[in-house]
Amino acid sequence: MSYLSPLQWMFYLAALLAVIASIKVISGKNSVHALLYLVVSLLAVAVCFYLMGAPFAAGLEVIVYAGAILVLFVFAIMMFGLGQDEMLHAPKISSLRLWLGPVIIATTLLIQLLFVIDDSEMQTKLTSMVIDAKQVGISLYGPYLLAVEIASFLLLAGLIAGYHFAKPDGPDEHLGLQKNSNHHSRQHSLLGSSHKSGANK
Amino acid sequence: MSSSTSTALLSLLPFYPLLSFLVLISVGKRLTWRFAASISIAAMALSALSSFLLVTQLSDEVLVITAQLWTWFTLSGNEHIHIRFYLDGLSGVMICVVSGVGLLIHIFAAAYMKSDQHFARFMAYMNLFIVAMLILVLADNLVLLYLGWEGVGLCSFLLIGFWHHEPNNVLAARKAFIVTRVGDTAMAIALFMIFKEIGQLTISDVNQSAKILWIAGDSQPYWIALLLLGGAVGKSAQLPLQTWLPDAMAGPTPVSALIHAATMVTAGVYLIARMHGIFLLAPEVMTYVAWIGALTLLLAGIAALAQSDIKRVLAYSTMSQIGYMMLALGAGAFSAGVFHLMTHAFFKALLFLTAGAIISALHHQQNLFNMGGLAKRLPLETSLFGIGLVCLMALPGSSGFFSKEAIIAQLWSSTTAGPLLWYCAILGALLTSIYSCRLFFLAFLGKQRFDTQLQPSSSKLLTLPLLFLAMLSAFGGMFAGVLESSLANVFILIPEISLLNQPSWLHSVAISAPFIGIVFSWFYFSNYRVSSTGISSKVVEQVTPLVQFCQQGLGFDTLYRTLLVKPYLALSALNRKDVFDQLLMLNAWYIAMCYEILSISQNGKLRWYAAAIGLGVAVLLVYLTVSPSMITASAMNSTMTLAIMNPTIITLNMRAS
Amino acid sequence: MSAIPLNHVLILACILFAIGFTGVIVRKNTLFILMSLEVMLNAVGIAFIGAGSVWQQADGQVMFILILTLAAAEVAVGLALLIQMQKRFKSLDIDLLSKLKG
Repeated sequence: MSYLSPLQWMFYLAALLAVIASIKVISGKNSVHALLYLVVSLLAVAVCFYLMGAPFAAGLEVIVYAGAILVLFVFAIMMFGLGQDEMLHAPKISSLRLWLGPVIIATTLLIQLLFVIDDSEMQTKLTSMVIDAKQVGISLYGPYLLAVEIASFLLLAGLIAGYHFAKPDGPDEHLGLQKNSNHHSRQHSLLGSSHKSGANK
Repeated sequence: MSSSTSTALLSLLPFYPLLSFLVLISVGKRLTWRFAASISIAAMALSALSSFLLVTQLSDEVLVITAQLWTWFTLSGNEHIHIRFYLDGLSGVMICVVSGVGLLIHIFAAAYMKSDQHFARFMAYMNLFIVAMLILVLADNLVLLYLGWEGVGLCSFLLIGFWHHEPNNVLAARKAFIVTRVGDTAMAIALFMIFKEIGQLTISDVNQSAKILWIAGDSQPYWIALLLLGGAVGKSAQLPLQTWLPDAMAGPTPVSALIHAATMVTAGVYLIARMHGIFLLAPEVMTYVAWIGALTLLLAGIAALAQSDIKRVLAYSTMSQIGYMMLALGAGAFSAGVFHLMTHAFFKALLFLTAGAIISALHHQQNLFNMGGLAKRLPLETSLFGIGLVCLMALPGSSGFFSKEAIIAQLWSSTTAGPLLWYCAILGALLTSIYSCRLFFLAFLGKQRFDTQLQPSSSKLLTLPLLFLAMLSAFGGMFAGVLESSLANVFILIPEISLLNQPSWLHSVAISAPFIGIVFSWFYFSNYRVSSTGISSKVVEQVTPLVQFCQQGLGFDTLYRTLLVKPYLALSALNRKDVFDQLLMLNAWYIAMCYEILSISQNGKLRWYAAAIGLGVAVLLVYLTVSPSMITASAMNSTMTLAIMNPTIITLNMRAS
Repeated sequence: MSAIPLNHVLILACILFAIGFTGVIVRKNTLFILMSLEVMLNAVGIAFIGAGSVWQQADGQVMFILILTLAAAEVAVGLALLIQMQKRFKSLDIDLLSKLKG
């Protein structure tokens, strides 16, 4: 243990933190708590990235992943009341019967992957060279230009889809939390609205 | 007549009734009785005329007339099966009997079935039968003979079950067909064996080749002859396949006369006579033939003593007389057997037709115990029936006498028969006379036991054939000489049975046997024949167990029912769900099971599918890491790590330039 | 900085992937499934970054950026669908969406 530098120590610590936080994500009952654990996991992974010599990726991880995507999650939960269900009908999450099968499958997969990785004769070590943002930028707008364009298409599609699926149907519908969740003036489904509009033609 | 004319006559011979059949079966319903009857009788007359003309053409120079129509098919080894008719002495006798007696019976039937709704169909089937029978006896090769064989079986079925709205008739027809089928199968196997051993199917070739190939006592002619015997036994209603004939009396009386007395049941006799070449090479089988004939003779005679239905008595009588013919053939007296065939056709047809006239006069009353005293009321029928019975009993002077004596005379010193069989024949003659007398007394003598009004038919069409047949029966003995000479040419290879070393009392015993029987029945059945005033004992049927046993054909029906029918029915009831079908359905069931099981895995739940993907990846990884045949582990590992580590490989497609 | 063996990075990625996978399979709440998916995507990103660091190329980070984009779009659409689901079924139980069974 003495031959490990402190930075390496940090790497392992951050990794451990990421793993623990991920486990807490998947086994939580409260969705907001789970999201916050996810944020912690992502931050730990960002530390790992930095220590692997990829500061740009670390920054992106924090800003985009933890800062945008998960915040979107949180907003969605809070605005549309998506987290209510877990508290209403919470299944017995801690029951062993529920967890046993998936854990076995995942563990088998994990062991196999570890076996594969460990068996290789390559004993490469990460170099200590840092790949900074400039390099990434050059690579991104050089050889991977097309990828960037396609990624923007993807985002556009996601935008439109997100807007369309989340929009309210009809004038009585209200965005967000409904005052009376048991009483519904209209039961419009996605298909139903399009069907109606089709019939009205 | 030139040979080409006779060939032409021969080739057309079976086709007149065939044409009549086709016309009657297609448009018969719309024809009048007169028209339909005329067509069928005219066709029969043409056939009869042609057969008589053709037979006169046969002489010592012209032994055989053949007429080839076309080639049916060819078997392996270039054996051609032709449609070819072969007329020699034996088939000449047969065609004369078939078409002549057939003509008379058709005339009778036209009048008898006049009031039936399906008259045209009846005459059509009768004509078809004649066609099949003519083909049978004229066949040049065994395949064509088999065609005729099957044809007569079919017509027998159609005609027994003619009144098919009555279930009993249909059952009787089915029984006849199935029982004869057993024999037909044996015959077919015999045909296969003949083709395999000899390679030819033309009858004359077979008879000659058999003599060259085998000697007497070889195993192949033994088996072939045995199987042919099986076929003959089925068609001729001998032991053990005799059970169908009494039930076949369910058909109309002309059918019984034509098919089950005169012609079809003699097909077995004809077969054995035709294939004499093979039979002579199997002396043990000839002994079997003789024994089967003798046993049937006795069995049928005993059964006839206990019958109460007039037609059934005649049916058992037919069975018995064919037993005589078989006995003759078995003993080697082929010509005598064929002669008896001819005379039997005459008097049995006479007996059946007269019985038909009596039955219809009594409003379809067939029970002997409800008849009696008909001698005064129906004198013509009585005398005709009497003539028939005289021939049946073989009293001296009648045609039956000549033929039966010819047979009995050759039994004692025959190599394949012997004294024991002679005794059986004499006993049979005794039984014949006893049941004939019983029949006569019950039906015609004694007190009148019926109260319906007699309705004798006075139609000329009914009486003329009867008179003809009576004359033929009475004077048929004249044909003996002609027959002997023509048949001698056919059976030229058969050794004569020497009558030298026989005891001298044989003849006298044989002639006196029927008279002993008559005297016995005169006293034993006296209460049947005496008309009434003093004796108050009513003539009723005594139904003791013995009588019932004899009446039901000496238990053969029951035997077959228990041995064969009941187990078969039990098996088919067991197999009601059809084991083989279930086996095939097993396949379908299996697939349905697979579907059921596999559809559990498609439950529409996303997590389940994701887990399945994960499981699949796990299994695949195990397979890839463990199996050495596809890729070596190290190579695979390095490939995988290479793929993971080199991003350029993965992002190859995304390179812009 | 001294070298971290690539194996360890990959092992970390595998562990996180397995955890995310477990979460996808176990949890019935669709929201949690989405969160577990995020964990899995993150794990893949770690692997890419590690690989890029070994080969001293920016390609690893570029791939990571693309994954990020993918995750963003996916979350947007996924959450929108979740909203619809909530409206329609009044519940986020994913087992309710089983009409494609059989």
